[in-house]
Amino acid sequence: MVLFYYVVFPGFLAVFVAGGIASWVERKLTARIQARVGPPFLQPFYDIKKLFIKEITIPEHSTRSIFMFSPVVAFAAVTVVSTIVGLNLINRAYGFNGDLIVCVYLLLIPSVCVVLGASASGNPLASLGASREIKLVLSYELAFWTSLAIPVLKTHQLKLASIMGFQAQNGAIASSLSGIIAFIVAIICMQAKLARVPFDIPEAETEISGGAYIEYSGPLLGFFKITQYMMLVILPLFLLEIFWGPVNSPVGILKYLLLLFIIIVLENTNPRLKIDQAVKFFWFGLFPLGVIGIILAMLGM
Amino acid sequence: MSIGGILSRSIWVFHFASGPCNNCDIEILDALTPRFDLERFGIKLVGSIKHADCMLVTGMINVKGAPRLKYLYDMAPKPLAVVAVGGCACSKGIFKDSYYTRGPVDRIIPVDAYVPGCPPRPEAIIDGIVKVVKKLRSV
Ligand code: SF4
Repeated sequence: MVLFYYVVFPGFLAVFVAGGIASWVERKLTARIQARVGPPFLQPFYDIKKLFIKEITIPEHSTRSIFMFSPVVAFAAVTVVSTIVGLNLINRAYGFNGDLIVCVYLLLIPSVCVVLGASASGNPLASLGASREIKLVLSYELAFWTSLAIPVLKTHQLKLASIMGFQAQNGAIASSLSGIIAFIVAIICMQAKLARVPFDIPEAETEISGGAYIEYSGPLLGFFKITQYMMLVILPLFLLEIFWGPVNSPVGILKYLLLLFIIIVLENTNPRLKIDQAVKFFWFGLFPLGVIGIILAMLGM
Repeated sequence: MSIGGILSRSIWVFHFASGPCNNCDIEILDALTPRFDLERFGIKLVGSIKHADCMLVTGMINVKGAPRLKYLYDMAPKPLAVVAVGGCACSKGIFKDSYYTRGPVDRIIPVDAYVPGCPPRPEAIIDGIVKVVKKLRSV
């Protein structure tokens, strides 16, 4: 049964399929915004299937084991998060104390794996991508944790299920002043965690040509792609559970679609920031905002 | 679906230019614009040869470019389709008597489809891609 949870529902398979569809929505909407037709519905799945029949090339000067393992570890971490978040959606009895913190740490692992894999590949552009990714992580993680502190302060709980239970009784966290500030900060951090424009600095197709992923090919790249698809589903759901619950109803799907829409619109209406601009934005813009939110939350607003 | 079928539905293209006059490169970008929109067929431009399923080569291949073209071809994950775009890449074109050419492309690496024209129109480039797709489907 545990294996079923991890592999089929709500773990890998369900989230992967949902992620593929979300990724299609993203690409199609982007195409429509640019007055193009856009890819067919199954395109994300074609891409994955194709990557898994291609050859794996391993660069001559790479550290083989780290290079091979990091995509798989990233994929495994996201699968565990999706199982935890998904089980909490189905039945609140599945939660355990502190799963909020476990989830945030697990959500960090894909970024760490990108850095490890890129540094291990021995490519100068990849190491540039890795250094940018590290700086980006250092900048958004601070703001992300401050935003998460607000619901914890308000509910005095570190358990996802209890936070959701609190919201089911007292209304969503995002309906209070400090809650809405935290939610906005978290949404912008989510954009950076998903490495979408304006924070796609580590990938930067047009200047460092794929950056951190440059040496990855075939199934290894496929694992990174699957990780990205799954993150596109699980990160918004995670934020919804914390800030805008309850989610386990048809309205929850609408809430998710709204968040996805926000991601896509932000992506299509912004230019890419430089890394120093991003660090300034998170440390001197969003972090103080988050601190104001924490003070407001302590005052009970 | 067969291997060729899947390959033909998701073609990621890497663009290699060595000594073109740059017109062909601009026509290739044209094929991705709203009017022609190759993403309909799952085709997209990637920045790294390691991600590519298809390599578009433009330009008469010059002395500096030739070894690099060979090197890129060797390091690409197979299967890889090679398309020579433009008169230069197919047959050296206007650079026929240049002291600096080592082309055409098929003297250096095997080519799957030729797209002649100086520069070829985007329709012609799409036609070249259809040739590659047909070839892949028959594998
Ligand atoms: S084929 Fe013609 S347009 Fe294309 S690169 Fe050569 S000279 Fe330029």
